[in-house]
Amino acid sequence: MAMLKFTKDHEWIRVEGDEAVVGITDYAQQQLGDVVFVELPEIGKNVEQGRDAAVVESVKAASEVYAPVDGTVLAVNDALADEPATVNTDAQGKGWFFRLKLAKPAQLDSLMDEAAYTAFTAGLA
Amino acid sequence: MPRRMARLGSPSGTRALTDAENLKTTPLDALHRGLGAKMVPFAGYAMPLHYATGILREHLHVRSAAGLFDVSHMGQLRVLGDQRIAAIERLVPGDIAALPVGRVRYTMLTNDTGGILDDLMIAKRAGDLSLVVNAATKESDIAHIAERLPQGVALALEPDRALLALQGPKAAEVLERFVPDIDRLPFMAESVAEVAGAKVTLTRSGYTGEDGFELSIPADRADEVARLLLDEPEVLPIGLGARDTLRLEAGLCLYGHDIDEATTPVEADLVWTISKRRRTEGGFPGAAIIKTQIASGPARRRVGILPDGKAPAREGTEIQDAAGRTIGRITSGGFGPSADGPIAMGYVEIACAAPGTQLQLIVRGKALPARVAPMPFVPHRYFKN
Repeated sequence: MAMLKFTKDHEWIRVEGDEAVVGITDYAQQQLGDVVFVELPEIGKNVEQGRDAAVVESVKAASEVYAPVDGTVLAVNDALADEPATVNTDAQGKGWFFRLKLAKPAQLDSLMDEAAYTAFTAGLA
Repeated sequence: MPRRMARLGSPSGTRALTDAENLKTTPLDALHRGLGAKMVPFAGYAMPLHYATGILREHLHVRSAAGLFDVSHMGQLRVLGDQRIAAIERLVPGDIAALPVGRVRYTMLTNDTGGILDDLMIAKRAGDLSLVVNAATKESDIAHIAERLPQGVALALEPDRALLALQGPKAAEVLERFVPDIDRLPFMAESVAEVAGAKVTLTRSGYTGEDGFELSIPADRADEVARLLLDEPEVLPIGLGARDTLRLEAGLCLYGHDIDEATTPVEADLVWTISKRRRTEGGFPGAAIIKTQIASGPARRRVGILPDGKAPAREGTEIQDAAGRTIGRITSGGFGPSADGPIAMGYVEIACAAPGTQLQLIVRGKALPARVAPMPFVPHRYFKN
């Protein structure tokens, strides 16, 4: 079974072997409101943990999406260009942002599991 | 200079309310919270950004049916005294002398360099003038006006009145159920009526580009009137988020963003608000500069901007000409739900102000193609008599 982890910046990462899929959490999409635009990284780009990897824009504002771990972008969700609202309707499924080749799998240990993330968001005002 | 982006996880990119802020509240505060509004600080008030419906659907609902906005944070003032018309004309370029009793005009308070201190609505009544000014500027407006009124002309504040806006193609039909014949009220006209026993001053005006009304109501009756209107099946409560996207699509200025003390009405493309008599006679602050700019053209002008792609370009975005030279900045920009794409307005050098002119917008370091576009982005549907 794939491992699912979360960041305090509201990204999720689903690990599948030495690759992983990244998106923003359902909590994040709720706070953001209606998503109208997503800017995805270029394939082949090397991203670093905690640094800008993508941008998600709602009607009201633009927000940065950080890479949860270091890696190389293998694929991006092109479907979001025409249907950015998929981030609202299925944030942790069809609304994925990009797929990474993991560079430092040990970084995953520093991320929250689902129970920890749920407790984390419950504590946010 | 890149604009700092919102943190993911913060509500719609705005700061959440904190208890320590000591914000003012409107008479509809309990109603907003009961409706599950996301409350945010705005101009010193706790205001609804959106309700459970969300900005996008709230916006579309106003364009298709009717929406109720709480705009009680705005300043309601009255100018009294025999010489009130001459006195106010010394502060605004609008033609208040020619305005018939019962009519409303959009104008602005100007400074000595022709800059805009605020934009406002002035209604002419038999015995006074009624002013509606922006929330963020109301204290400075009050001081500015009061200092400049002559003996015998007085400024009265109306802190005990709430202001609601009912906007949308169904607004008149809904209001007609409470105020018979209100549908006959012309655009930019005022009337007084009773709604649920409350004496309400109605103007056929708004900030959405749609037909609609603004209702000035005694504060202690506002909650009751608002609930009455919200009980109508066509009406949804609408927050500040959709108010902003609606007015941007309508090409209307937001004070402090699209117009300010450093922009003149000529640069802001608001010359239509200045009558021939007032252009000729002057007699308002900055008249000489404004007159010169009308005659010889301003160096820059506010224009509509349509990005070619799907990426929104927000306030502060650098505008370049096709050759890569900086020619201005975006003052309001985002996604237009009815336009179904990114829209913006901003100031550009006059040589680049013609509709169709190719531009580049510098968004996150990348030059995105765009062009100057006529405004409004969505056609106005004001009531025509």
